[in-house]
Amino acid sequence: MAGAYDLQKDLRNIQAPVIRFEQVTKEYQKGVHAINDITFSINKGEFVFIVGSSGSGKSTLIRLMLREILPTKGKVFVAGRELSRLRRHQISKYRRSIGVVFQDFRLLKDRNAYENVAFAQRVVETPPGDIKRNVPRMLSLVGLSEKYKAFPSELSGGEQQRVALARALINNPMILLADEPTGNLDPKNSQEIMHLLEEINRRGTTVVVVTHNHEIVDMMQKRVITLRNGRIISDEEKGGYVYAKY
Amino acid sequence: MQSIRTFFYCLKQGIRSIFHNGMFSLASIGTITASLFILGLFFFVTLNVRHVMEGAEQNVGVTVLFEEDCPQEKIEAIGAAIEKRAEVADVVFISAEQAWETYKAEHLNEELAATFGDDNPLEDSASFKVYLNDASMQDVLVRYIETLDGVRKVNAMDGVAESFEGMSRMITVVSVAIILVLVAVAVFLIRMTVSIGISVRKEEISIMNLIGATDFFVRFPFVVEGIILGICGAAVPLGILYLIYGKVISYLSGEFGSVFRKLTFLNETQVFSILIPLLLGIGILIGWFGSATTARRQLRKISLRE
Repeated sequence: MAGAYDLQKDLRNIQAPVIRFEQVTKEYQKGVHAINDITFSINKGEFVFIVGSSGSGKSTLIRLMLREILPTKGKVFVAGRELSRLRRHQISKYRRSIGVVFQDFRLLKDRNAYENVAFAQRVVETPPGDIKRNVPRMLSLVGLSEKYKAFPSELSGGEQQRVALARALINNPMILLADEPTGNLDPKNSQEIMHLLEEINRRGTTVVVVTHNHEIVDMMQKRVITLRNGRIISDEEKGGYVYAKY
Repeated sequence: MQSIRTFFYCLKQGIRSIFHNGMFSLASIGTITASLFILGLFFFVTLNVRHVMEGAEQNVGVTVLFEEDCPQEKIEAIGAAIEKRAEVADVVFISAEQAWETYKAEHLNEELAATFGDDNPLEDSASFKVYLNDASMQDVLVRYIETLDGVRKVNAMDGVAESFEGMSRMITVVSVAIILVLVAVAVFLIRMTVSIGISVRKEEISIMNLIGATDFFVRFPFVVEGIILGICGAAVPLGILYLIYGKVISYLSGEFGSVFRKLTFLNETQVFSILIPLLLGIGILIGWFGSATTARRQLRKISLRE
């Protein structure tokens, strides 16, 4: 179909960077730059940290990648498609190819772990038989097979983030965006979540983690893009928080 | 298959939301019920007035009386001239004898009639009864007949059509004004109900947006909710109106039998074959409009899309 948007297909075939920011600026208020003239690329299968203090523009990057907002200047490409050119009905299809987790988990409090994960499949109209097969497998991957009936209030922070991860991954996204995924977790749970993200990355998913948790960044030894006042001040291939001199 | 599943999912969510916002749902249904009940009453009256008017138009005729000793040839010529008119449906000659027999039957009892013997007090009252196919042309026809040679007098029921039309117009204006106000209130309440439903599910909707739910999938449960409220708001007055219509008609016919002797009302089947689709259609329209516009506006706010 002409104009149909199939990110999965584009991602499978793409040779160029999977995510590309070209001289992107975002102003929420006139003259106040959340990010300022940023250019960078992320390749297929990469694991990238985006670090910086609050107000440095990290979350704006995530929102731009999710096509929640549009840049004031510049272009954002995902799988070769410029996001500002997506039509309204294409945005939902685009987002199905991107998994996202947040610091505050954003789970539905009136539904148990199984229902929270199944919800993501129901929303994209997956047949019930497939949902019944996929959800237990995903809960098992994040180590929550035993707690599928538990409601968010009955789970620890780490467990809630695992449910959020399972929900983000259930539709087999090619890109996973994680906005401060360890922000509400203790060091042990933070490490476990990071190992899970690493495992997901090993399976071929491009992972972008926004964080200011320097211990995690140092431990993982992955690519680190550091932001300050909306600008990139360093982009290290196998960096750590200390190397970013932040 | 997928769209059927989605439809039932949205239906379930819509019904869930109605119970979740119980009081607002009840208020919405109540207001739609009130407005459609008045609409139904107005519909009964208008439809029956029209029915009576049509009957009256067909039965109201112009009576043409002839000059004394008017020869039969002249009477026939008058009849032929009238018959040629386009607005004339039928011309019936009523002889003096027929006129007297009809009068006796309608106004005199047998005893009193017998006192007249063979006398005919209406000896000079042979006439033409002229029926029109368009009551509004009555004045034109009367003026024409009055110019014909041999015509003594033309009797017409002045203002019958006008008074029926005037009454019908007044009922229409008053009812439409009341209905418009009530429809506006109903739409407002549906919008409130849907807005509350959306704010209660704000978190769920924002997650749906982030994980790739289509606009249709997010919005449709609220539209379903509005349409169900509209259907309920139409079904309740339909039930009440159905129960009272037959009783009112038989009461009117019974109590005011003499007054309404020549008038007939429409039966339930005639009225409700129009009223059921009309009220259900309006109810659905109110529900759809109220919910679709609100859901569109509110969900755009949540989606944060530019």
